[in-house]
Amino acid sequence: MSFLKKPNIAHPGLPKNEIGLTIRDYEGAMSTLCAGCGHDSISSAIMQAYFELSVEPHRVAKVSGIGCSSKTPTYFLGGAHGFNSVHGRMPSIATGANAANRELNYIGVSGDGDSLSIGLGQFGHAIRRNINMMYLIENNGVYGLTKGQFSASADRGSTAKKGDANPYSPIDPVLLAISLGCTFVGRGFSGDKEHLVPMLKSAIKHEGFALLDIISPCVTFNDHEGSTKSYAHTRANLRETVYADFTEHHEEIIAQVDPGEYKKITMHDGSRVGFKRVDESYDPTNRVSAISYIEEHRAKGEVVTGLLYMEESSSEMHSVLGSNKQAMATLPYNQLNPGSETLARIQARWR
Amino acid sequence: MTASKLNDFVIKLANVNGTGSASANGMLMKSIFRMGIPVTGKNFFPSNIQGLPTWYEIRVSKDGYLCRSGKVDFMVAMNAETYNADLAEVDSGGYLMYDSTWPRKNLQERSDVTVLGIPLSDMCNKAFESARAKVLMKNVAYVGALVALLDIDMSVVENLLKETFSSKPHLADANMQAIRMGYDYATEHFDCPLPLKLAPMDATSGHVIVDGNTTAGLGAVYAGATVTSWYPITPSTSLIDAFSLFCQQLRKDPETGENNYCVIQAEDELSAIGMVLGANWNGARAFTATSGPGVSLMSEFLGLAYYAEIPAVLYDVQRVSPSTGMPTRTQQCDIVSAAYASHGDTKQVLLFPSDPTDCFHMSQVAFDLAERLQTPVIVLTDLDIGMNDWMIPEIKWDDSYQPDRGKVYDAKQLKDMDAFYRYLDVDGDAIPWRTLPGVDSKGAYFVRGSGHNKFGGYTEKSDEYKDVVDRLRRKFDTAATLVPAPILNIDSTKPREKGYALLSIGSCDGAIREARDRLQQDGHGNLDYMRVQAFPFHKDVAEFISQYEQVFVIEQNRDAQLRQLLTVELEIDPQRLIPLLSYDGMPVSSNFIVEGVSKLMKQGHAA
Repeated sequence: MSFLKKPNIAHPGLPKNEIGLTIRDYEGAMSTLCAGCGHDSISSAIMQAYFELSVEPHRVAKVSGIGCSSKTPTYFLGGAHGFNSVHGRMPSIATGANAANRELNYIGVSGDGDSLSIGLGQFGHAIRRNINMMYLIENNGVYGLTKGQFSASADRGSTAKKGDANPYSPIDPVLLAISLGCTFVGRGFSGDKEHLVPMLKSAIKHEGFALLDIISPCVTFNDHEGSTKSYAHTRANLRETVYADFTEHHEEIIAQVDPGEYKKITMHDGSRVGFKRVDESYDPTNRVSAISYIEEHRAKGEVVTGLLYMEESSSEMHSVLGSNKQAMATLPYNQLNPGSETLARIQARWR
Repeated sequence: MTASKLNDFVIKLANVNGTGSASANGMLMKSIFRMGIPVTGKNFFPSNIQGLPTWYEIRVSKDGYLCRSGKVDFMVAMNAETYNADLAEVDSGGYLMYDSTWPRKNLQERSDVTVLGIPLSDMCNKAFESARAKVLMKNVAYVGALVALLDIDMSVVENLLKETFSSKPHLADANMQAIRMGYDYATEHFDCPLPLKLAPMDATSGHVIVDGNTTAGLGAVYAGATVTSWYPITPSTSLIDAFSLFCQQLRKDPETGENNYCVIQAEDELSAIGMVLGANWNGARAFTATSGPGVSLMSEFLGLAYYAEIPAVLYDVQRVSPSTGMPTRTQQCDIVSAAYASHGDTKQVLLFPSDPTDCFHMSQVAFDLAERLQTPVIVLTDLDIGMNDWMIPEIKWDDSYQPDRGKVYDAKQLKDMDAFYRYLDVDGDAIPWRTLPGVDSKGAYFVRGSGHNKFGGYTEKSDEYKDVVDRLRRKFDTAATLVPAPILNIDSTKPREKGYALLSIGSCDGAIREARDRLQQDGHGNLDYMRVQAFPFHKDVAEFISQYEQVFVIEQNRDAQLRQLLTVELEIDPQRLIPLLSYDGMPVSSNFIVEGVSKLMKQGHAA
């Protein structure tokens, strides 16, 4: 239904953020996904997160691959440039874009097919380079646009709509990312916006590669009994472990809960992420224990959610490379051209 | 039996890979260059690090011909394994030098070749201590023998060694000792110099010796490229190495020490081109370099870039195909696959440099065209240009150059307009205006490889789809008016060969120039010759072809790919385009063209 234009009128009473924008300014085109699709809830959480952070929409760059999830960047932040690339190759577009302009805010939206099958290689290498971006996997265990084939995240034994059981073990993007050294890893559920928004805000503010695996049921092809990525199954087996509690640097921190329940990390710009632990034994800054905790619960059929791992000192690609603070794309040519005298000097060595 | 040859012969050095012969051979070539004599060096190396045969061919040409002639006058046969084949390759009346430490049984003899034995290993084993030095210095010692045999200026060699080892003087001394050993042995045992010899000239001043990958990398620096991503592949890797090295020297902020460049080694070629597109989309000049197999892998993204209209520069340093082919041998075999890289109705802009000078200047042309046309530009160079040592006139840089960034609306222009639509043909040249991320939300649009209309929106409507792809076809017509024009060589002072002409691209140029002169010396008329510099073809190409009954299309691939492209794109009668094809992996020689063209003309006259 992309031909339908949304009315561009905002209610005068709508709340405004610090830069005077309303939530309407963070909307995009009308979604063409199925009614009830988990992805649309995620898009709505994304709008909320950028709105609350008062990010100017045009300072965000949206990138995606191919698939239902990859269509969604059209449906939020209409004022931001977007790049719908080829299947499984969004990480390279994001890496190049980030190389050219480190000053923008990058959001990559991908799916389980796009990131864990065709794009597994690029996904892993974007983590390895610690590209400063938020990377979302809208994970439904199924190929939606080609009508319901299993994806690489489908659990062994889970059944397709027509009844076939999946014979292969799943790839868990969270475990994979932590083992690859990803500096920020979380898992959310599209049906739980309340916890998703602060996690998104923390991911946006993280300086480095922030992966969020978001279980997002496919209402058309994977929401039946026997699916382990349905709304019902996800709700029943969710194990909420750590809540992200995001505080911007200028906000006063109000301790509502026993401070003993919190572990706090100060981010590069002074904002803080608090980890509100439901399970007090969990340490979201310890890679080894995070992996074993998630594995243990996976064995029980539980889906561990929350901000599961974060590295306190993360060095994103440009700081590793030693790049100019200014975007490559805006460096003036006279700063890049060595000139004729230098050329003569270089050539003297070629005689 | 030997005719005297002054400053006009070919020395070929047959070595074993990994024995350190490259630096000795380079020193030999450079010494000749510094004597003012035109010279080039071509390296025929294996896809191997150690142990396989490797050859270096030095052509000395007082007339300044810098291609392969196709003959060998002096063979330095240091590889016992290839000895028989190396001896067989020497032209009648030529010479062969070998290491006589171990007398070779069954030494094949040729009465028409003078064989010079020098106990190189024996001398070096006695003179040097370390095992490595014993091996390395054999190479230096044969250079010493050649100094005597060919009458190379010893002071030039000495200075070269001093410069090379300025930070390690003890190595300069050891090298000089090896040079002297070879020199003394040759003067004692042979009648030096040989009739094949050198005499100083003044024909190399204002020239340099360099390979095309180095100049292409430097050319990208001067074009203002800031981002590169690549995956290692022979023979393109040294292009990126050159760019990185020049950036380290020239692109560090003097105050902060920060890099004004970003070099990213990708995990594969798919990722490399993806990064290049991401960076260009975001307003940086970004490029990658690869070879045929890499272009195959990049094809999907190249189609996206064509359709979504994203600038990109790609250097394809061609090597022998198909598949992995012969990675260390040269060909011009990616013409068709690059021209139509990607599925569906896709066409790419190609540039064909002919030598390292072109590689430098076409780098700026490539980026300017890519941004002006908002499409990938593929620079089709090859291993011969990219990795061999060419003598070229010193490259001149025009300090008034400013990059052409094409049609990009800035923040102010966006503020002043009602609405921005990405794919409108505002100016009637079929090139739309673009905007960069981060500038203004009014410029925001969604890049997509899926069907889109002229406003940039998603579409599945037939007329809207056609509207965009028809404009893209017209944009290609515009491209034909912007690419470098072909270079026409007509010598009006001499009688012309009527009815025939030559047409070619890239690195065939040197061999064709010499072949034209030699054909004329053989009594033929002067053959008009056009060198095509780009695809889509400039209008002058069709005009040129129309003037002759037959045009010999000379190229280095099996399937006459340039001819295919001319036939398909310009709808020229294939009967009038006669292919002359060299595709054995060696740079085409002037001999090959002289013989081929003579034969074709004989057939043509008979018909």
